[in-house]
Amino acid sequence: PTPSCSSMKLQYTEEKLIQLFPQLFYQQPRVLAPKRRDVLTVTPWLAPIVWEGTFNAEILDSAYRPLNLTIGVTAFAVGKYTRFVGRFLESAEKHFMKGYQVNYYIFTDNPETIPDIQLQPGRRFVAVPIKKYSSWQEISMRRMEAINKHIAERSHREVDYLFCLDIDMVFYSAWGPETLADTVAAIHPGYFKVPRSQFPYERRSSSAAYIPDGEGDFYYGGAVFGGLVKKVYEFTKTCHMTILTDKANGIMAAWQEESHLNRHFLSHKPSKVLSPEYLWDDRKPRPPEIHLIRFSTVDKNYREIRN
Amino acid sequence: RRDVLVLTPWLAPIVWEGTFNRDILNAQYMQKNLVTGVVTFAVKKYWFFIEGFISSVNKYFLAGHQVNFYLFTDNPEQISHLQMAPENHLFVIPVQNHSQWQDIFMNRMDIISRYIHSQFQYEVDYLYSIDIDVQLLEHIGVEIIDTLVGTISSWQYTTRRESKSYERRTESQAAIPKGEGDFYYTASFYGGSVAEVYKLTRACFKGVMKDRENGIEARWHDESHLNKYLLYHKPTRLLSPEYYWDEEL
Repeated sequence: PTPSCSSMKLQYTEEKLIQLFPQLFYQQPRVLAPKRRDVLTVTPWLAPIVWEGTFNAEILDSAYRPLNLTIGVTAFAVGKYTRFVGRFLESAEKHFMKGYQVNYYIFTDNPETIPDIQLQPGRRFVAVPIKKYSSWQEISMRRMEAINKHIAERSHREVDYLFCLDIDMVFYSAWGPETLADTVAAIHPGYFKVPRSQFPYERRSSSAAYIPDGEGDFYYGGAVFGGLVKKVYEFTKTCHMTILTDKANGIMAAWQEESHLNRHFLSHKPSKVLSPEYLWDDRKPRPPEIHLIRFSTVDKNYREIRN
Repeated sequence: RRDVLVLTPWLAPIVWEGTFNRDILNAQYMQKNLVTGVVTFAVKKYWFFIEGFISSVNKYFLAGHQVNFYLFTDNPEQISHLQMAPENHLFVIPVQNHSQWQDIFMNRMDIISRYIHSQFQYEVDYLYSIDIDVQLLEHIGVEIIDTLVGTISSWQYTTRRESKSYERRTESQAAIPKGEGDFYYTASFYGGSVAEVYKLTRACFKGVMKDRENGIEARWHDESHLNKYLLYHKPTRLLSPEYYWDEEL
């Protein structure tokens, strides 16, 4: 963002862009009447945790739409995973950042198997060719490197914000500008009610993703992360470095890049956290705290797919 | 905190005791090597508050971090004996007094913006304007540091929008139409990045000048203009009334 007056100091990259909010009529926020009393809506480092009820979509849209942003999405559809692309894109067209320009970057080793999906105006599909690695773990771990390279080569010029999502998922409800921030992580649906001692962090001290007992804020899911494209570039690089370090030491973290992501976000806290509404697992029964499911896994046969 | 709103509808955090961990925030602040400034005015009889203010902010405001205090006063001789903590600096800037006390308050915005432009932008990253008749009773730390910060007024936080002290006369630049308004912010404690405070004070003073030309003065002076500004340029962080509590309540 460029300052409006000349000879002003350079802005720090952490600084938030102050938006002009147009005149809008909406219900007055009540200081003594929070809408969500059942869940934590702010982290101890004062980053918002986004749940239904905490934000007014209209207010946010009114500030973000005029900025003419382009939002990028990366997703990996390698081998048999290309079968998920159709549903992913169709549902994204209905629910993901409606009214904004979106570029879908689908990383794949077989672009011919991807169906032709009709996209809304202002939205683009880009197939990014990648190499298929031998094991699903390897494919998973190489995502950080691939995303990082692609940002440097292309997407930094095309998008303002980038979300890195799993492809075997479907959008069910709105995913909008309430998710935009410098660095964004999502709480894993399996671990939002358990104490940190039960988080599946990497616990071997020989790994670069090691998180000792007694530490940890949340368990973040590897299926959803993002932020300003420049920030995503930085942390995918860091995660890729720690992944390579482990490789050199002959160790693979418990949950692959998800472990490294958790290690990174422990030391470099995300500026916004998404509730499990944004990363749900349909196999789980829906608890009362989850009012709305926005993005969720597709039921699949893991053994068949990962072969 | 289940009893209070901790996030605005535009997802800005509202800072209350219990919502934050100062150690985590301190670690983040220190990584960035930041300097914060405080600007305050002690004109005419308000010289009386100088000692109390300076000694309490010196002890409780961002303790342990470098703070530059800019004191605008027409009584510079009142401060000669004040001792500052090693990381803090006190700059005394003499000003001329005006005929009516309101004039100082109306001109604060102008003075602040001019000094940001000529001096403060080179010396601090974040700047806060705090009224001199304030005594800190507890630590105020880096939880207040953000790009544009307003404090919810303790007088107003339980009232409905209609009875808030917004300027309502459409002839004033500070007018907020009925049916609009998020919170009532106090002009006694606001701030943010030096660039954003510059824009805010410039915009408010422009409104003040326009009103003067039109022969009108906003109901609560520069506070009315501040509220108008923060309605359309929503703060990125709000401070709860814990951060400015009027003893008379």
